[in-house]
Amino acid sequence: MDLGFSEEQEMLRTTTRDFLTNECPAELVKEMAEDEKGYTPELWRKMAELGWMGLTFPEEFDGMGMTFLDLVILLEEIGRACLPGPFFSTVVLAGYAILEAGSEEQKKELLPKISNGELILTLALTEPSASYEPSGIKVKASPKNDDYVINGTKLFVPDANVADYMICVARTKDGASPEEGITLFLVDAKSPGISTTLLKTIAGDKQCEVIFDDVRVPKGNILGELDKGWPVVEKVLEKATVGLCAQMVGGAQKAMEMSVDYAKERIQFGRPIGSFQSIQNYCADMVTDVDGSKYITYEAAWKLSEGMPAAMEVSMAKAWTSEACCRVTALGHQIHGAIGFTVDHDLPLYFKQAKAGEATFGNADFHREMVAKQLGL
Amino acid sequence: MDFEPIAGTEELRKEFEDFFKEVMKDAPPGWANSPDDLATDEGWAFHQRIARELGKRGWLSLAWPKKYGGLGKSIFEQLTFNEVRAYYRAPGVDGFGLAMVAPTLLAMGTEEQREEFLPPIARGEVTWAQLWSEPEAGSDLANVQTMAVRDGDYYILNGQKVWTTGAHRADWAFAVVRTSKELTRSRGLSFLLFDLKSPGVEIRPLPTMSSHSRKVEAYFNEVFLDDVRVLVKNRVGEENQGWAITRATMNFERSGLAGLGGIRHSLDELIEFCKETRWRGKPLSEDPLIRYRLAEIAVGITAGLATARHVLWGQHRVEMGEAPAMEMVPRASSMKYYQTELDQRFVYLGCQIMGLYGQLKRESKWAPMAGKFERLYQSAPGPNIYAGSTEIQKNLVAWIGLGLPRT
Amino acid sequence: MNLDFIEEQEMLRTMARDFLQTECPKTLVRELEESDLGYSPELWKKMAELGWQGLAFPEEYGGTGMTFFELALLVEEMGRNILPGPFISTLVCGLTILEAGSEEQKREFLPKVAAGEMILTLALTEPSASWKPEHISVRAVASNEEYVINGTKLFVPDAHVADYLLVVARTEDSAKPEEGITVFLVDARSPGIQCEPQLTLGLDNKAEVVFKDVRVPKRNILGKLNQGWKVVQIAMTKGTALKIAEMSGGCQASLEMANAFVKERVQYGRPIGTFQVLQHYLADVWGKTDRTTHLAWEICWKVGAGVATPFEVAAAKAWTNEAYKWVTERCVQCHGAIGTTRDHDMGLYYRRAKVAELDYGDTDSQIEVVAQQMGLKTHGNDQRRGIRKPLAQNKERRRCGLRF
Repeated sequence: MDLGFSEEQEMLRTTTRDFLTNECPAELVKEMAEDEKGYTPELWRKMAELGWMGLTFPEEFDGMGMTFLDLVILLEEIGRACLPGPFFSTVVLAGYAILEAGSEEQKKELLPKISNGELILTLALTEPSASYEPSGIKVKASPKNDDYVINGTKLFVPDANVADYMICVARTKDGASPEEGITLFLVDAKSPGISTTLLKTIAGDKQCEVIFDDVRVPKGNILGELDKGWPVVEKVLEKATVGLCAQMVGGAQKAMEMSVDYAKERIQFGRPIGSFQSIQNYCADMVTDVDGSKYITYEAAWKLSEGMPAAMEVSMAKAWTSEACCRVTALGHQIHGAIGFTVDHDLPLYFKQAKAGEATFGNADFHREMVAKQLGL
Repeated sequence: MDFEPIAGTEELRKEFEDFFKEVMKDAPPGWANSPDDLATDEGWAFHQRIARELGKRGWLSLAWPKKYGGLGKSIFEQLTFNEVRAYYRAPGVDGFGLAMVAPTLLAMGTEEQREEFLPPIARGEVTWAQLWSEPEAGSDLANVQTMAVRDGDYYILNGQKVWTTGAHRADWAFAVVRTSKELTRSRGLSFLLFDLKSPGVEIRPLPTMSSHSRKVEAYFNEVFLDDVRVLVKNRVGEENQGWAITRATMNFERSGLAGLGGIRHSLDELIEFCKETRWRGKPLSEDPLIRYRLAEIAVGITAGLATARHVLWGQHRVEMGEAPAMEMVPRASSMKYYQTELDQRFVYLGCQIMGLYGQLKRESKWAPMAGKFERLYQSAPGPNIYAGSTEIQKNLVAWIGLGLPRT
Repeated sequence: MNLDFIEEQEMLRTMARDFLQTECPKTLVRELEESDLGYSPELWKKMAELGWQGLAFPEEYGGTGMTFFELALLVEEMGRNILPGPFISTLVCGLTILEAGSEEQKREFLPKVAAGEMILTLALTEPSASWKPEHISVRAVASNEEYVINGTKLFVPDAHVADYLLVVARTEDSAKPEEGITVFLVDARSPGIQCEPQLTLGLDNKAEVVFKDVRVPKRNILGKLNQGWKVVQIAMTKGTALKIAEMSGGCQASLEMANAFVKERVQYGRPIGTFQVLQHYLADVWGKTDRTTHLAWEICWKVGAGVATPFEVAAAKAWTNEAYKWVTERCVQCHGAIGTTRDHDMGLYYRRAKVAELDYGDTDSQIEVVAQQMGLKTHGNDQRRGIRKPLAQNKERRRCGLRF
């Protein structure tokens, strides 16, 4: 067992961190929170040039052929910088759906364009029922000649407002159980009948309501097999959940570092507040939470990267990290006092990011239930 | 000791309830009486309207002596009013004026000061701002640097105050300033009252995290004082004796009663929401985990209220000069952070129950309860820091309540 | 409303505190814990002479005519000092007889209780470990002028020294489980009763009581036939309130002990009470204790005045359960290793806190009541409060590999 990172992985981390320190300062994050699109084409292009989008795509599709674990390292740094934009949607949600279920043709058509930063995609999964279970899929896709016609409402769809394509998870058949009869459709975002409304969120990330009103999709745009889409969604969700944990960990770590630095600098009562034992204990608690989150996330990431079953680890990681990151950012605020509260300060970015991540892909209660099931309870 | 309800308070309670039920119908959607709510023009106008109505009825000063604009009633009527108002999360009460300035003047002001300042507070016509914190004097308030130099009948003030809630809307300020160059730290401080419209006062907004940019209404401010003239007769207590006044003032609104009542109301609203909202085919209120946690919050409120009443009881005795201020410190301090931490737990529970919807802002489509919990989540860490951080309160409990040595 | 104590109440508290400090030092507490009787008959008599057992009975029944609230103040001091013995058990039953008994029964039992000549206890819980009427399986069958009781009660406090047991039995099956239950005043010396002490964490003299064809005269029914659950609720409410009072006293004693310790104990060249972390732990304990005490006073007054709602009683017990455990845990923490030893007094409170949680309803069952009173229904899948099988029979548990 080797709990260390390889040299290449360390380099990936360092270069990513340096890049983002320069290219993604807090001002940009705050600007993008109030921007309609939520990302700048310049930065997007630079990320593509670094090979980020295609990091885990096979080289034949203009990718770097690296592993999921490598992507997770990248995501941790992205979380540390609170990088706004449709990277996660495009690369993790859509990218892995295509890798998992796309035909050779579809992969050839889409992956190189994603790699080169020419295409933005997302996954339209959740609906007003706000569920990550198959029973939550009510959007219908009905066959009509050579097309399918999609009707219904998707909610909390990330970056739908800037996506070129949406992978829509729809019900094509009512089967014996909810997992049966679900199909993934590659939908051109400019199709007639799609109305996208931007929702305003706490962290300023772009989530949307997407209404499908008789939207026609050619049969050839089915991703994977008809009626057999749910297992693909599950696989994507596993990676997405761990990827999100990594982002949250990156953010929590930064929040912790900021707080420790502040505790060393801020003088009150004639001494740094970090010399007070209660503050020291808070810092210790933060370290424990961050480390714990990191290791549980990386264990799940490694297993997924190796293609091993990891349902338990994924849920444990999300259950733990969801709550740990909220604790860390809350303690960060307590240490910073009033100054951490102002709009000019960077800590609120992490506080909000932790909150946004908490419920996405299932909150702690949901994942604890998953763990319980895995334990046979 | 007995907990018999006072004869007559039931009718009065009903009067208060009827009033608040009625006026709160006009509250902006998703109203939580939070600083964010009060920061908007709409919210402020709403607050002022209610303040005037309360002032007209004398309800802001129920237990004050009549000669200062009070109704001369007892602490129980005041308790009843506080509980009902807190429950309806109604504005209309200038917390600084009523809960800090007024008790301070009643207990420690001159007769002249009481006659001048109390009646407008009672009528709900004036808003006060607390000018205490400075960039280098947060938890360490005794490190205040703003200087007040004597010049005949005036002090000349120079310095900078920060975290001044509502200063941009306030009329008057109560400030802690340094009146001695020789005496250090808390030994050289004085407590002054002055008009914020005085020349030399500059107020700049300090927006908080509920926005991403400075393009919103803020409730926090920085206040710059440049040769501001303040009448010496508006000093409360003796020169360089201001620290004792300040410490006594701090305790007056730490019962947590208002906070607890507000949590109870929000809990009732959240329960209604849970009963009406289904998830996985069942009302949220029937989910065993959610049910358990909602019940736990109710238990926490109940336990807190029992003590909060004792705090108010004790504070009233201090106000009336029947007990020394120090007596109430440990309990008031303990209740302060109990209530803020309970509120924080409650808000976190509310957000967690909202799930993905909990992220949505008030102005967003699909936002539940007008985005109430999204806002509250962002204001929740604040109270653990303001009005004396939790850590400072624990120090006070340890040093004064337990006699443990200061480190 | 008056949130200060009146002079008589202050005097009662001071007197009780002094008396217990002198008459029941910790050495006696430990002795009694290890003893078979579990209480001191000598001390019991002295307490009766002071009027303690009859404090809240009317004078016509040999009592002092004070209030339930004042009795609770007395019990708070007992909790603070620790007084092993059947005081709460006896008073819960005595007060229940006072409220639900016939004139004859009151005259027969209450003066004896007041005089310290009668010990009583409530035999309610069974192996089902539940506080619900549907889990009462002890049966009482009519037979001429008597009833015949069969079945097993478990966790009955002080049964081995009781003169009479208030036995809760099912006399009739009914669609509504609260109907068909009757409470019987059973002479503990009746043939067919077997009492086996259960060794518990609290060393607090709980017993298994097996009833085999135990005959009870009809006139010993407390309250009405088949309507005994009302009587049980009276007993439970009073017991819960007194227990809360006792627990709040225990919190206070723990805090005092820990506070004194950290001022004396020197490590790193200074009293450990100068370290901020410990100061903050104790500040939290101070607050928790303070809130528990105020809540106890309020709930005990309300129970005494007959105005306490089920919500309030359950909320108060849920709160106090967790508070007492938490306080004692923190106070042990402040003591360091010595707080975990058998010889140290902290352990006496720590153990009692856990057991007290379970008396008159553990936290989960109280939260259940709170939730219901708040109008929060369940969807019927209430696994938590199902009938518990004895562990050895529980195959499911064994399969998980959990060992006990």
